[in-house]
Amino acid sequence: MMAGLHANTDLLRKLLVGFVRDEVRKVGVSTVVLGLSGGIDSALVAFIAAEALGPENVHAICMPYKSSNPESEAHARLVATACGVHFSVVPITAMVDAYFDMFPDADTMRRGNKMARERMTILFDNSALLRALVLGTSNKTELLLGYGTLYGDMASALNPIGDIYKSQVWQLSAAMGIPKEVIEKQPSADLWAGQTDEEELGFSYRQVDELLYRMVDQRLTKPELVADGFEREFVESIYSKIQNSHFKRRLPVIAKVSNRTIDRDFRYARDWGK
Amino acid sequence: MDFTAVLAQIKPKLGCVADNLAIIEEQIIKAREAGADLIIFPELALSGYFLKDLVPEVALRTDSPEIRHLIELSHGISIAIGFVEETDDYHFFNSALYLEDGAIRHLHRKVYLPTYGLFDEQRYLARGESFRAYDTKFGRFGMLICEDMWHLSASYILAMDGATTLICLSSSPARGIEGDSLGSASAWQKLVSTTALFLNCRVLYSNRVGFEDGVNFWGGSEYIAPSGESIVRGSLLEEDFITARVDEGALRRERIFSPMMRDENLFVTLQELGRIAHKRGQ
Repeated sequence: MMAGLHANTDLLRKLLVGFVRDEVRKVGVSTVVLGLSGGIDSALVAFIAAEALGPENVHAICMPYKSSNPESEAHARLVATACGVHFSVVPITAMVDAYFDMFPDADTMRRGNKMARERMTILFDNSALLRALVLGTSNKTELLLGYGTLYGDMASALNPIGDIYKSQVWQLSAAMGIPKEVIEKQPSADLWAGQTDEEELGFSYRQVDELLYRMVDQRLTKPELVADGFEREFVESIYSKIQNSHFKRRLPVIAKVSNRTIDRDFRYARDWGK
Repeated sequence: MDFTAVLAQIKPKLGCVADNLAIIEEQIIKAREAGADLIIFPELALSGYFLKDLVPEVALRTDSPEIRHLIELSHGISIAIGFVEETDDYHFFNSALYLEDGAIRHLHRKVYLPTYGLFDEQRYLARGESFRAYDTKFGRFGMLICEDMWHLSASYILAMDGATTLICLSSSPARGIEGDSLGSASAWQKLVSTTALFLNCRVLYSNRVGFEDGVNFWGGSEYIAPSGESIVRGSLLEEDFITARVDEGALRRERIFSPMMRDENLFVTLQELGRIAHKRGQ
């Protein structure tokens, strides 16, 4: 692994724990809610939040669908127990099936997106119920690749891990004592049995992180990346993925007609007054 | 003259001048009660940093009640503080005041407004146009605001103008997690140490903490002796109140030991810069 992807985990932990503590409390809230899938990203966020706010102020919700691997729920429970946060299970099968009973021909992409958005509505409902902020659990690798559902798993109030790559998620997770089973298993969106991210994407996270770090963080040009040993087709396909998913990382586009359009020439930090 | 300086490593609230003034006043009283002679606050301590369109809302004239109040407080202790300054012709500057004995001793307007990476200052703020040293009760000082210090010429000019103490007010964002310590902190630590060493000046660096929209300010305020040695350094990422005992003898000894500033040839520098400027103008 190259130096840039190697994280100083003590420092990173301090920064991310400080981020959650500061950004949550400054809006007058002390509680957070997050979806706990049984995977490593949400496990890491749960651990960070528990350390930042105290586990009694963290609500983790596992939201399985009938086709989810039972191991996922078991892992989510394991993580919640390990960091001491509140844990509950809200299955989404009834509402997702009620919808697709009307559209039985829907493909797996529509079904997967619907599940992600169903989970989002549950998290934001609990946000109102518990007076809690929703924590995001998307890492930098998947945000850059657009490997997530807009207004689904990408929706949150605060995301502590959105600027660290999957390779760094692994490092920090090990340093923070996340259960080994969760760190070592194959990353999966868990939409159907046996699905893995790396198979679906067609490359490994470690491979793509090496490329993304050089392309995005270090701004190497395409010829420089090829000279560094990356295959031209791989470089081109990742560049296109970033470009074509950019809409997911932006607010909806507003037609400008006035002198001060929101976010274009009406510019304020979100922490305005905090 | 020996003196005690406090580096007030505070966490301002974004856009909340009244709240920040209360934090600042509390720190001033605490420092005065502890017997400090000077307290140095970070850049934009009165307003917070990522102001964007808030700039005109938080801007203060130097005759505003808030600044007049701070001037009053400077009777017992000298104060260096950053704020957004509004002028008679409605320009807005990222400014720093040095207040002493109930008067404004010096006003510095940030010259180098960064616009790269996560910075966007020059979109919202006007650029200052001078670096001037000034006399205080504790010797001749030069004041810099954050990015100013990354321009060698800024510290050089102040040192050539006779400053033996450089104070730098900063709102430096944390970034770089790969090394033994935070990337931006290491870079700054090298910079302040090297600046002190090259110019035989002491440096008092005051950096803020806290988060604004996910960006962390890393703190680590410090006092660097004219030898380049870090004498005292505040904690990383946490609020702190750092007391620096500034020793006049150390400055004298360093200037005897390494008289680079005595030997510095202003006229060679000016001649060559003049030649370069002339060539560029052609």
